[in-house]
Amino acid sequence: MLTIDQATYDAIVAHAKRDHPDEACGIVAGPEGSDRPERFIEMINAAGSPTFYEFDSTDLLQLYKEMDANDEEPVIVYHSHTATEAYPSRTDIGLAMEPNAHYVLVSTREHGSAQGPVEFRSYRIVDGNVTEEEINIVTTLS
Amino acid sequence: MAIEVKIPTILRTYTAGEKAVSAEGKTLSALIDDLEANHSGIKERLIDNGDLRRFVNVYINDEDVRFIGGLDAELKDGDQVVILPAVAGGC
Repeated sequence: MLTIDQATYDAIVAHAKRDHPDEACGIVAGPEGSDRPERFIEMINAAGSPTFYEFDSTDLLQLYKEMDANDEEPVIVYHSHTATEAYPSRTDIGLAMEPNAHYVLVSTREHGSAQGPVEFRSYRIVDGNVTEEEINIVTTLS
Repeated sequence: MAIEVKIPTILRTYTAGEKAVSAEGKTLSALIDDLEANHSGIKERLIDNGDLRRFVNVYINDEDVRFIGGLDAELKDGDQVVILPAVAGGC
């Protein structure tokens, strides 16, 4: 199960809506082994595409050095799908390289950048196996 | 000649959980062969058809090796190598 606070949830949704119709992507970091998504980090989609996302390689190094220095790890890796459902694609599954992370997918296909609900789902992706999990949204992480 | 190589979580199964290992080589290619000699199986995760895999990033002293010669990029004692899988996907 993914436990996430409302503000972080809202920040991910806002990012996905803002970047629609391109895919938005980012990370929520937390202390290593804690499973607490504490630090929201919006990333630029270097692919700038409605069908693909990739962190810029320089940004990626910077991000991991920062997390390393803070003893953090990526607790959530999120991205949006802008025309398809919030389910990991074959490409998403093949490229999922963080076995400890919750992979969050947001779909903006219904309302795009406009007001309105999005699909927000979370998965574990390990060795090509996808397992959907429940999401528990809390006011603040206890 | 020792070069520190930072290993990402997903590849630590090859390094007995170590976050960083020491390796040798005058080029990135030689360094990867040396890694393979001590951590069997790791090379296949980095290289495909004789080239660096598209979704694996390798940095030498913070520079993406794609801009400094790829597998032929030169190394010297004390350099720091970081391996990071791309964070990428697509619908």
